[in-house]
Amino acid sequence: MSDNSSGVTGYIEHHLTHWQIGEGFWSLHLDSLLVSILLGGLFLLFFGMVSRRATAGVPGPLQNFVEMMVEFIDGISKDTFHGKNSLVAPMALTIFVWVFLMNFMDLIPIDLVPDTMGALGWDYFKVLPVVNLNITFGLSLSVLALIIGFSLYYKGLGGFIKELLFHPFGPWLMPFNLVLNIVELLAKPISLSLRLFGNLYAAELIFILIATLTLGFGTAWGEMLTSVSGLMLFAGQTILASIWAIFHILVVPLQAFIFMMLSVVYLSMAAEDH
Amino acid sequence: MDINATLLGQMIAFGVFVWVTMKFVWPNLATAMKERQEKINDGLAASERGREELEKAEAKQAEILKEARQQASDILEQANKRSNEIIEEARETARSEGERQLAQAQAQIEQEINQAKTELRDQVVTLAVTGASRVLEREVDAKAHNDLLQDLAKQL
Repeated sequence: MSDNSSGVTGYIEHHLTHWQIGEGFWSLHLDSLLVSILLGGLFLLFFGMVSRRATAGVPGPLQNFVEMMVEFIDGISKDTFHGKNSLVAPMALTIFVWVFLMNFMDLIPIDLVPDTMGALGWDYFKVLPVVNLNITFGLSLSVLALIIGFSLYYKGLGGFIKELLFHPFGPWLMPFNLVLNIVELLAKPISLSLRLFGNLYAAELIFILIATLTLGFGTAWGEMLTSVSGLMLFAGQTILASIWAIFHILVVPLQAFIFMMLSVVYLSMAAEDH
Repeated sequence: MDINATLLGQMIAFGVFVWVTMKFVWPNLATAMKERQEKINDGLAASERGREELEKAEAKQAEILKEARQQASDILEQANKRSNEIIEEARETARSEGERQLAQAQAQIEQEINQAKTELRDQVVTLAVTGASRVLEREVDAKAHNDLLQDLAKQL
């Protein structure tokens, strides 16, 4: 690493810094945004290609896989969201695959992308988009917008306001109801995005911490691989990182599934009368 | 970690991706899957129908076979009966024909006997007349004694 002089703290800080252009609010974390859009585009490209060629006859392996996903998502959204809506299932599919792909970036070796991009001239490049609160809040606030949209669509403006004011304690506790409902409404996107962010941030941090085991050797590969303590540290890092990665394989789809599932549940709650 | 315009970018990306999925990705797949489901349903129903029809056809075939067997044995029995009848009839005919021919032959014999008798009688009469005329040495008027001679002949 270039800033080896500042030691472990510098290494971790470097790994947690985004590639940012602009200052203040009107700035972009281009690394997160680019990777996120790239992965979403990949998802659309793959599924769109298969969908274009989809036949009702015998499906090929690609179509089989895609149909498995579609059926899985369709089953969940039909079980959870009662009533007909052509938006819920595609949204759930998008969230599930997209978040899964973004989470999956966590399994890319921790130094690979920053070092490669560093060699190409970027100072900072964080490949895991979901450890950026902008990204997770971007997703969950979109879901919030959909929740409000669904409430308005299914209950009308009057119905929605009535529910905000009179539920759950009746008209005599109107201000209390309103506060409660707004808190409930806001808690949904906050819990969604913070859950995803927290899980992946912690996992990422543990990967970084494991990687600091051999940090003291820097690029002195020969020294590390010929000394006993260097070899032990190297083996320890490899084993620990492998174990954590294997465990993480469970977390990656689980967090994507939870995000998708809760979004569908929130939308179904918004569409139904209490 | 600061909140910045990345948030807006992500929200826009989310909207676009969901919209594209809803418009272009999902419907084709859902239609294809539904069509296949219907095809499989139809296929299963058709095979079920085919099986039932086969069963029916087999039952019908067995019935027809049974009927044919029954008919064949009926025909055979009838033919046997008929042949027996024909044989019996032929036997009867032959017997009656024989009897008839026998009776005819007997009648003919009788007739010939009678004829011979009559001829003989006539000859006897002639002989008698001739004899008597020789004896009487004169002509006997045959016509005059015809009644007498006839009477005589009958007594022979």
